[in-house]
Amino acid sequence: MRTDPRYDYNLREPRLPAPVDHSLVDAPIDIEVRLGMYQTLEELRRFGKRVHDLFLQNLVKGTTHLSLGMEAIATGFGAALRPGDYTFASYRGHAHSLARGMDPGAAMAELLGRQNGILGGKGGSMHLTDASKGMMGSYAIIGSHLCIANGAAWSAQMRGTDQVAVAFFGDGTTNIGAFHEALNMAKVWNLPTVFVCENNLYMEYTPIDVVTAVEHPAAGRAAAYGLEEILIDGNDPDAVYLAAVDALGRARSGSGPTLIEAVTYRSGGHSRADPGKYRPQAEVDAWVDRDPLPLYHARLLSLGVSEERLDAIREEVARAIDAATEFAKAGDEPGEASLLTEVYADGGSRWRN
Amino acid sequence: MAELSYREAVAYGIAQEMRRDRSLVMIGEDIAAAGGVFKTTVGLLDEFGPERVHDTPISEQAILGAAMGAAMTGVPVIAEIMFSDFFAVCWDIVANQIAKSRYMTDGQVSFPLVIRTANGGGVRFGAQHSQSVENWAMMIPGLKVVAPSTPEDVVGLLAASIRDPDPVVFFEHKALMGAKGAVPDGEIVDRLGTAKIVRAGTDVTIAALALMVPRALDAADRLERDGISAEVIDVRSLVPLDTRTLLDSVAKTGRFFTVEENPRLCGWGAELVSIVAEEAFWDLDGPSIRITTPHIPLPAAASLEDLALPSADRIHETVSKSVEPRSGA
Repeated sequence: MRTDPRYDYNLREPRLPAPVDHSLVDAPIDIEVRLGMYQTLEELRRFGKRVHDLFLQNLVKGTTHLSLGMEAIATGFGAALRPGDYTFASYRGHAHSLARGMDPGAAMAELLGRQNGILGGKGGSMHLTDASKGMMGSYAIIGSHLCIANGAAWSAQMRGTDQVAVAFFGDGTTNIGAFHEALNMAKVWNLPTVFVCENNLYMEYTPIDVVTAVEHPAAGRAAAYGLEEILIDGNDPDAVYLAAVDALGRARSGSGPTLIEAVTYRSGGHSRADPGKYRPQAEVDAWVDRDPLPLYHARLLSLGVSEERLDAIREEVARAIDAATEFAKAGDEPGEASLLTEVYADGGSRWRN
Repeated sequence: MAELSYREAVAYGIAQEMRRDRSLVMIGEDIAAAGGVFKTTVGLLDEFGPERVHDTPISEQAILGAAMGAAMTGVPVIAEIMFSDFFAVCWDIVANQIAKSRYMTDGQVSFPLVIRTANGGGVRFGAQHSQSVENWAMMIPGLKVVAPSTPEDVVGLLAASIRDPDPVVFFEHKALMGAKGAVPDGEIVDRLGTAKIVRAGTDVTIAALALMVPRALDAADRLERDGISAEVIDVRSLVPLDTRTLLDSVAKTGRFFTVEENPRLCGWGAELVSIVAEEAFWDLDGPSIRITTPHIPLPAAASLEDLALPSADRIHETVSKSVEPRSGA
């Protein structure tokens, strides 16, 4: 049996979560906003679990990247964003899509490769997009969408609106060139872009600290671009919401970009093919104890919300996800009619006369 | 009617469109205050101001990402990539993001943007600043690909590219920058997907692009003296591709040649030859022949670069050799 942590990352010292900041219970967040976040958390969790189940039933093909355990980040930002704002997500974009109001049935149908999917089955799990909701896409090659988010922010700046573009990405993205190009340009052009690094401690199968020059992969680079170092608890919806409100307000008022590192943890592996065995069990256990859902449930109870009200929210979400699943399963598989459409703006793919 | 150089025509065409569409903006390295390293954007900063003509850092991914994000949210953009070889550092944004996103989202987003770039050799810059990469762009579904050879076409095709709702990669040829030509007065707007017969002929069809067009014309003059009448077609637009003009010409001449600056393998002419083979086989009186740069990186030395790129001599010799036995028979 090997004992060298260079060969088996699960033999490394566990990286444990910071303790909960219980003072956040007193944060000035409206109770309706908090109940909304509770509902979103539940929706993202149930949706993610359902996708996992459908994968095991071989109804979701290919690959899929879940945000189980990481839902507080999409939730906090979803509550703070305004309808006209732009979201750019990575391939791990289901949570961000739903948090911007994408119909869960259309999202689920897309994962099942159905005609009634949000993209007609052409995009799939890694490319969920609903431009009508400001969800401007999920981009599956890391880095570029930070640059693209800048473009949307620049466009808002030129058009004189107060829209903000938010780019969500993982810790692994902080080591690709586009991350650095995007931060530099955002600062130089004073763009209303908010960069949100979801640091779940693993780039894919490799611990981020093994491959990164600084302790905090995003926050540790902020100073190089004249930005404040912001490190938040990505498993606490209130902490995320407060940071989001702050950053979005800064962007809207013309004060430029913000880089936020939200520390979190994946409950499962990187993608459906990955059981996540490279992580020390003590670490996994410690982060399970920091799961955002029980944390937020307890916080709402301590704020005087009744168990019955929370039950009702959970039941409503459960019904919605069941309905979404049925909608998706009932969809037809797309056929030849759509294969050659929408390559070009004339709706087709014709490249010659 | 004005006599403009190819490089002046670029600024002329951009200015025409920026006057028409006040939302149109332009970004790139050294394009504003410096007027571009090829001086193709001189005067634009003065006329349109720094909000619309914007210098960027040396960050090709950030440049094209900005163009993409702005275009998909309602602001049309002209982005410059200084040398087309540099596409290699931002090809993800071009080939994976800009080109695929309309299809992946089933038409939810559009990208009204033009990526201008200085393409090709003949100016002794060596392998990393000289390659003709129009074939890289041609093989990506979702892009349109244009490469003008004259100042008038620069203006007209640039205008057409800017007005097109799809992303267009617009190749400006480095060795043509000083070439002069007449540009008619008034607004000029051409059409993408239209090849142009720049010299009519009856014996052979020669399809050429950008710098290869004047060389093909030069060769055609010499062929004429040999008694071979060559029809020269400036392809102008690789996507959309005007196959009609090409096939009609081959139906008339029975012989087809391409003159390509891109290195040989998978050059644009291979696609044209395959179309001719599939659709005009019974019109052909002999093999279709591709005259290309060899499968090499471009060398820097003048003598070597001249040997590598198809020259008027090589075009003349190749066509005349392959036609002679028939005329002698």
